[in-house]
Amino acid sequence: MRRYLLQRLAQLVAVLLVVSFLTFLLTNLLPGGPENAILGPNATPEAVAELRAELRLDDPLPVRYVRWLGDVVQGDFGESYTQRVPISELLADRLPRSLELMVVAQFLALAVAIPLGIASAYRAGGWLDRWANMTAFGLLALPNFILAVLLVFFLSLGGVVVFGRQVGVDFFPATGLVPWSVDAVAHVKSLFLPALALAAGQIAVYMRLLRTDMVATLQEDYIGTARAKGIPTRRILFRHALKPSSFSLLTVAGINVGALIGGAVIIESIFVFGGIGDLIVRSIYTRDYLTIQAGVLVVAAGFVIVNFLVDLLYSVLDPRIRHVRAAV
Amino acid sequence: MSELQSESVTTRREAPETRETREETVAALSGDVLDAAVIPAIRRRGLGIGFWLAVGWLAVLVGLAVLAPVLPFVQDPATLDPFALREGPTADHWLGADDGGRDVFARIIYGGRVSLFIGVASVTIGMTIGGFLGLTAGYFRGRYERVVMSAMDTLLAFPALVLALALVTFLSDPGEQGGSITTVTLALGILAIPALARITRASTLTFAEREFVTAARSLGASHRRILTREILPNVVPPMLSFSLLAVAVVIVAEGALSFLGLSVQAPQPTWGNLIAQGRPVLREAPHIALMPCAVMFVTLLSLNFAGDTLRRRFDVREGLL
Repeated sequence: MRRYLLQRLAQLVAVLLVVSFLTFLLTNLLPGGPENAILGPNATPEAVAELRAELRLDDPLPVRYVRWLGDVVQGDFGESYTQRVPISELLADRLPRSLELMVVAQFLALAVAIPLGIASAYRAGGWLDRWANMTAFGLLALPNFILAVLLVFFLSLGGVVVFGRQVGVDFFPATGLVPWSVDAVAHVKSLFLPALALAAGQIAVYMRLLRTDMVATLQEDYIGTARAKGIPTRRILFRHALKPSSFSLLTVAGINVGALIGGAVIIESIFVFGGIGDLIVRSIYTRDYLTIQAGVLVVAAGFVIVNFLVDLLYSVLDPRIRHVRAAV
Repeated sequence: MSELQSESVTTRREAPETRETREETVAALSGDVLDAAVIPAIRRRGLGIGFWLAVGWLAVLVGLAVLAPVLPFVQDPATLDPFALREGPTADHWLGADDGGRDVFARIIYGGRVSLFIGVASVTIGMTIGGFLGLTAGYFRGRYERVVMSAMDTLLAFPALVLALALVTFLSDPGEQGGSITTVTLALGILAIPALARITRASTLTFAEREFVTAARSLGASHRRILTREILPNVVPPMLSFSLLAVAVVIVAEGALSFLGLSVQAPQPTWGNLIAQGRPVLREAPHIALMPCAVMFVTLLSLNFAGDTLRRRFDVREGLL
């Protein structure tokens, strides 16, 4: 186990290095180099020379990479060109919002998917199963930005009037995140739509995953034994069958935590959420390359680390796959 | 992905021993094990009406998109009609008109040209490069496979949309805002490579050790011949069904990019920027955003449905991924 752990850890460090190097390359392979990106194509030669000296751009690429990485490891991402503040401050301000959105979306998805998955496995082929399966298929085909537009339309703009009846409400705010400290209720309300838009696709995935595993578990002999002992159905489903059926659900849920960090980009920007994704998109608009570089690095590193932890957790839970790759 | 969708319990439980062929699975299931749930998954079924509906929608859409400039009922997407500003559906404007009085139907069709072109072209790029890498990795194995696959895994380690954003930004010239069709196609094509390489490799693995390959080898066939004549013809059909699913993924990604204003730029309609354009007036004129949403959704549903049906039919086991 120890050797396995060290091996995986070395792998993690290697992947992180590659990821950071690629991120670094993105900015430095720009046509015209960073000075062009910062000053624009019409800059005077003097200004360019000054900037090159300031950023020490005349050193060889590997030297600059190591220097940048050294700064990053110490939490120094440089200064944003457009906002003139340290990027680390921007990140520190926005990271908690993104993390909260991610966690809430994940809980929402599991809270809906687990009962639905169990119910459709219990009566596999029944009306609920078929209905849930169809809905899940639809949800999987629905891009989250379209879902976000629909949610805003029906839940915060009042929807449409059909035959004189209002279909929809204007209960939720369409944009922004009200801080918890200002108003707790408003905070939850402003968090709900973005979280739901993010969770919808996950609900479909989790539900189908749990259903498939659960159907298999319910055919095991010990379920029959439990039934013969007269244990109530609800208890069998939740106590006896749920745990052994939830391995793949947990893995995928874990991996999706990582995916949500990146997938939230568009949702955050639709709802003007003020998270990391929002920051990346806005920096792209303003061509603030150092900030993009920092944002992409944070998101990618988070993604890689979460995947690593989930992989590890999975192999602790289920020793059989300790030496085989988990197929996801 | 298919793991989530596999229909029968038994197929799933058997997934770890993936070398089995369909025939072997059938043979292994003696009468009493062969319960009702297993039979439909193994027996070849018709493709079903849903499949043909999906294909029909796609065919109509592709037809409209390709022929748009010559079809009399598709208006010019840039013509401003001052009498139809924000108008809902009418006889003149089937799906209504937008802020400038431009025909929403025409703009959706012209947007479809861009979205579908980028979808198909990116997947072609991804399929060519990723397919080659996956095929050779699955056939030659060894160190080459390890190097290729860990490179693919590293690419997959980036969150896709973030990588797409970064690639488009960095592939474009500093002066231009957003991407051109070429840069977006290229960026999304690069993104498609790792997933398609992994799937091709998995599919290749199931064939690389089969008898007919051994037979070809013992007859003295060269690697190139075995790859192109023996393995490729078997790998192509399932890959084509996957490519439908991949086109759907790319269309979503392009939609997301252009929704953010980072793909093909505004006068040129794409589904993503049509939706983005209608969003500010969602309350006053909801059809401007909702019509392209609906068309995009039905298209994605059709691609997924058709791809899924075919994939199940070719029965690619993803346990090997």
